[in-house]
Amino acid sequence: MNKSALPEAASGAPVAKTKGHMPAGLSVAVLGPVIALLVACIFFTTQSDRFLTGGNLSLIVQQVAVVGVIAIGQTLVILTAGIDLSCGMVMALASMVMTKLASESGVPPALAVLIGIGVAAGFGLVNGLLVTKVRLPSFIVTLGTLNIAFAATQLYSNSQTITDLPPLLTGLGETFHVGGTAVAWGTVLMLALYGLAWFLLRETASGRHVYAVGNNPEATRLVGIATQRVLLGVYVIAGALYGVAALLSVARTGVGDPNAGQTENLDAITAVVLGGTSLFGGRGVVLGSLVGALVVGVFRNGLTLMGVSSIYQVLVTGVLVILAVTADQLSRKATR
Amino acid sequence: MNAVASPKLVMQAKGLVKRYGSVTALDGADFELREGEILAVIGDNGAGKSSLIKALSGATIPDEGEILLDGRPTKFSGPIEARRAGIETVYQDLAVAPAMTIAENLFLGRELRRPGWRGKMLRMLDKRRMLEESVARLNELKVGIRSMTQPLETLSGGQRQCVAVARAAAFASHVVILDEPTAALGVKEGGMVLELIRRVRDRGLAVVLISHNMPHVFEVADRIHVARLGKRGAVLNPKVVSMSDTVAVMTGALKPESLPPEALAH
Repeated sequence: MNKSALPEAASGAPVAKTKGHMPAGLSVAVLGPVIALLVACIFFTTQSDRFLTGGNLSLIVQQVAVVGVIAIGQTLVILTAGIDLSCGMVMALASMVMTKLASESGVPPALAVLIGIGVAAGFGLVNGLLVTKVRLPSFIVTLGTLNIAFAATQLYSNSQTITDLPPLLTGLGETFHVGGTAVAWGTVLMLALYGLAWFLLRETASGRHVYAVGNNPEATRLVGIATQRVLLGVYVIAGALYGVAALLSVARTGVGDPNAGQTENLDAITAVVLGGTSLFGGRGVVLGSLVGALVVGVFRNGLTLMGVSSIYQVLVTGVLVILAVTADQLSRKATR
Repeated sequence: MNAVASPKLVMQAKGLVKRYGSVTALDGADFELREGEILAVIGDNGAGKSSLIKALSGATIPDEGEILLDGRPTKFSGPIEARRAGIETVYQDLAVAPAMTIAENLFLGRELRRPGWRGKMLRMLDKRRMLEESVARLNELKVGIRSMTQPLETLSGGQRQCVAVARAAAFASHVVILDEPTAALGVKEGGMVLELIRRVRDRGLAVVLISHNMPHVFEVADRIHVARLGKRGAVLNPKVVSMSDTVAVMTGALKPESLPPEALAH
């Protein structure tokens, strides 16, 4: 047995240390995905001359913004030991709502954006209520809302793409230059949201409660934390983030696309899991999801540069997510 | 409360009744807990032991009867209210949040915020103070754990249980209820937890110890409350009564009246 297990161990010199605030294991959780990112970058650099150029890297980061923002919401849900399969479709619906309202229904653009984000948050609320009040598994709830959101998107848009958008909806796609490299405002927004999520999860009681709920919901309830409110808040915030991702998606493509969100769904889950957040809940770092999203983006971009067809990219994403979940399961077993 | 010298009752329950459909789990159960004692609660499965504890810790609301805290009638609508009244319960499932640090576990649900605008406006946690207080609290109870920043899951089962007990002791002002704290622990680890339970009592808290482990009960208990058929079967004095007689009372093989009077605790 561990020597420090004996109460007598403390009777002499105090053995407790107070150094450092970071939970142990955090460095490993972040390091894994960073190494995966580096390996992927080195591999694609050897495969294509165009990969390691400022223009291409800037493009990757721009492409990652949508998945990156969805992944923040997905991280919150997965930290509570849930999963949100509806993320990409809710994003697609929100993007149709904001583009159609702004360009066809004559709603002021700013209001249209807010309504779009509101619709996404509303889907989050429905997910959250079904998970907390009816106590359904998040997997089934969000599988249902995935299909509802998809159908709603098609019905609302008549499967038509919306063009001629007011500048407010595409503004986040504009770029500015830092040392000759184009940076999109959407990228800045994504990074700001990551910073905010990181701060809230790490430095506030509400953030720590998200982890606690994912760790042991019953024990968390018994210490007096309103676990249902934590869960509901997580699903609503996640939904609102999908709405923000919708705006980013619209800004990047310049249109309201009823078929958006189909790759983003799995990409976001892959990003979170690659980023080291455990599907079993309660452990993970939100910045890991950013790295995970970059890994997914690098693979998509690198494979495109290599001339690999997009079907293989989907295949690679599928393999990646299974590898990441396997690593999660194995590391979990090792700590037991 | 017949003699002036009798110790103060911290917690008392009179005639508790709890029915679940056609099943009567508590059938007029009484309960008395004195200041600064370890009261073991034992009983066969279905004797009403866990229903009693749930009523005392606010986890269930009894259908009838009353609970008095410091002599004042009290009604708990939930575990949070019981906790506010100074009653801390350690439930059977060991860790609170296994992936979170010891300091975080100690302060879960009672986090300290930073002073000034960072606490008020940004609602930032005062991690340093929580860390320092965790060290102080665990040192006070002589729980030797090296770092408060390690995740709870890196500790042994006994250490985790010590953290849970220390957490309860640190925040309880009246009563600490421990539900099977030594179950699933080895001999050495169980001993470590029992040692800690004694220290909690010596700090003046009243401890309710629910346990199936008779040697552990006899090692630390000052009195033994035997739950039987939804009532209080007897209260025994572990310094006088034997372990086998206690089990016999618990199973109903022995009537408490047939024990010598000094075996009954009053």
